[in-house]
Amino acid sequence: MTAYLLKRLAISLATLVLASIVVFAVLEILPGDPARLMLGMNASADQVELLRNQMGLNAPLLLRYLHWAGGLLSLDFGRSYTYSVPVIDLVRERLAVSLPLALIALALSTVIAIPVGLFSASRRGRAGDTISMGAAQLGVAVPNFWFALMLIYVFAVWLRLVPAGGFPGWSAGIWPALKSLLLPAVALALPQAAILARVTRSALIEVLNEDYIRTARAKGLPYRAVLWRHALRNAMIPVLTILGLQFAFLLAGTIIIENVFYLPGLGRLVFQAITQRDLIVVESVVMLLVAAVIAVNLVVDLSYAVVDPRLRSRQ
Amino acid sequence: MKMWKTLLAAAVLAVATATSAFAARTDLVIGIPLEPPHLDPTAGAAAAIREVTYANVFEGLTRIGPNGEVLPDLAESWTISDDGKVYTFKLHTGVKFHDGADFSADDVKFSLDRARAENSVNAQKQLFAAIDKVDVVDPATVKVTLTHPQGSFLYNMGWGDAVIVSPKSADTNKEKPVGTGPFKFESWAKGSSITLLKSAHYWGAPVFLEKVEFRIVPDAAAAVPALLSGDIQAFPFFDPDSVSQVKDDPRFKVVVGATEGETILSINNKQPPFDKLQVRQAISYALDRKAIIDGASAGLGLPIGSHMSPANKYYVDLTGRYPHDVAKAKELLKEAGLENGFKATLKLPPPSYARLGGEIIASQLRDVDINLEIIPVEWAQWLDQVFTKKDYDLTIVSHTEPNDIDIYSRKDYYFNYANPAFNKVIADLELTSDEAKRKDLYAQAQKILADDAVVGFLYELPKVGVWDAKLQGLWESAPVPANDLTKVKWSE
Repeated sequence: MTAYLLKRLAISLATLVLASIVVFAVLEILPGDPARLMLGMNASADQVELLRNQMGLNAPLLLRYLHWAGGLLSLDFGRSYTYSVPVIDLVRERLAVSLPLALIALALSTVIAIPVGLFSASRRGRAGDTISMGAAQLGVAVPNFWFALMLIYVFAVWLRLVPAGGFPGWSAGIWPALKSLLLPAVALALPQAAILARVTRSALIEVLNEDYIRTARAKGLPYRAVLWRHALRNAMIPVLTILGLQFAFLLAGTIIIENVFYLPGLGRLVFQAITQRDLIVVESVVMLLVAAVIAVNLVVDLSYAVVDPRLRSRQ
Repeated sequence: MKMWKTLLAAAVLAVATATSAFAARTDLVIGIPLEPPHLDPTAGAAAAIREVTYANVFEGLTRIGPNGEVLPDLAESWTISDDGKVYTFKLHTGVKFHDGADFSADDVKFSLDRARAENSVNAQKQLFAAIDKVDVVDPATVKVTLTHPQGSFLYNMGWGDAVIVSPKSADTNKEKPVGTGPFKFESWAKGSSITLLKSAHYWGAPVFLEKVEFRIVPDAAAAVPALLSGDIQAFPFFDPDSVSQVKDDPRFKVVVGATEGETILSINNKQPPFDKLQVRQAISYALDRKAIIDGASAGLGLPIGSHMSPANKYYVDLTGRYPHDVAKAKELLKEAGLENGFKATLKLPPPSYARLGGEIIASQLRDVDINLEIIPVEWAQWLDQVFTKKDYDLTIVSHTEPNDIDIYSRKDYYFNYANPAFNKVIADLELTSDEAKRKDLYAQAQKILADDAVVGFLYELPKVGVWDAKLQGLWESAPVPANDLTKVKWSE
């Protein structure tokens, strides 16, 4: 087990180094000059050059990479070109929105998807299955920004239960902050739940055809117990894989929902940084996300071992 | 059933709380589409910086009023020497910065010297180019000497880039702006909102609002429900395409005004075949401004025939110079030896006026056998490829700087246009203070640009504002980028 862990750790580190080189190189190739963007169309070329020097953009590429990567090692993510504040502060502010949002959405999606998947799989081919899988198909197909706007019109404009958007900050109190994350979480969770329900269903159907299920039924266990204790547990591996992917997506891939609800999340930070060529922010945030994805994958791998004892003994 | 009851109860409660807010309000939430990168107008070109700080947090010697007029601000009055070179400003006394520091002539000298210094990163450094020296006469008097008389000097000093800052806070204004204005900076939740509070010791006429929050709403689709739910009470810069959703609602006012944004089809004047006058004129004849305005600005833009806003006092109507005439355009192309037409590229930056306008222009030019390949680009790419490297044939952009006809005389500007006669007019303008003469020179300048068909002049970008019908005092037009809140109040 220790050897396995060490090996996994080494691979993760190598991935991080490789990712840092790719991320840095790709962003440097991108056309566009952050200094010109800041000074606009009326500034002279000399002035742009002056600002480039002040921002340290004229140093050799390798030197800048080493400076940046070295900073990452000591958890110094550099300073934003446009905001001129430490990148880590920006990320911390954004994570205060994105992390709770991702967790709520993930929890919602799981709570909806697992029972629906179970229900569908156990009524395979019958009306209940067709209806719930039809609904899931719809959930995948409906564009989430449209769904989000419908939620806003019903719950914010018509019923006025929640704000139409924005985030008051956790300093405004737990409830006002949570309230503003509620609709976005639902809008994010539904398509994810639809995907997860379908995965759960097909994984369960496969498991339900296994011999040991028949054996369990034959020895007199009630269907419900078989479903929950034997089938679901064995069907968990693909479900966990999808959950891991969804978490990574929910953390930073939610730019559209963040825009519709004008939430100051991580996705919008990256998007804005790209359009303003705030390269240092993009590079550092992407690296943090790479690290997060690697960590999530590691956790998912370890959780396989928890749900499946066979994987434990093999190592 | 129970759920419906809960929903109903909540709805009733919401209505009850909404109607109880009858006392005259002193708070306001304003929606802005773009977040400012920082809040120091002396160190960045972004319009969003001015949309938060101009006239609210920072003040200059002079300021620009709602109709583009020059008004006194920190300078109570001024005298100009007979040769037009020396401006003596009499300053208001008893003015304090928000951090408590006293404002005096020393701050004016500091601010102007800082903006024109060698290492200045002021985005409009050219505003200060004519200043020779700044002298403090006494704490309430400052004397600015110019190298040559400059007709636009008082106007220049009214720009957001020319505001007066304190030496104590100049370096930290990006994060925590400190000015002399009626509102002081309170907080900035990055990506979310910026809050200003009424300043306790403001020198000028007291303002009505106690608290103003600028909330960043990047998505036009989100602006409508934000208004309808009452979360945000004003969008001074609203998406023209969404206006139809609120214009019949009596709770809101839709106000259409002008900006200083001349929206043009820029032409690379050195790139063949656009170096031929006939080709550029043919393009002007081929353009149908009405269709472009209808399609790209919801019919709200005002047509222009040269590089000047119809709201500007120097404006001359030249929209009749090239009426929409396909036959005439084809004839001119034939004269240029291009009767079979040609191919070119059209690079389009992200704003909808460019992307929508580009499609329409491409189809109009196809009628005269000019086939355009449309290339969408980001702003950063546009600034890099088109503006800096001049690697383009045609592009669409709105030039939003006020009174900026002089850009056509700039060396190496991205139009690649050079006409000594035009440059002479601009040079004369710089030296002329007499109003009648200035008007005449501006008219000449506009006419030369139209005759040379330097670019395709399309329309003046409209400013569409939508706000609560009970809200008064917001600017109708945008002669400079600003959300001046000094006169804004809620009616009963």
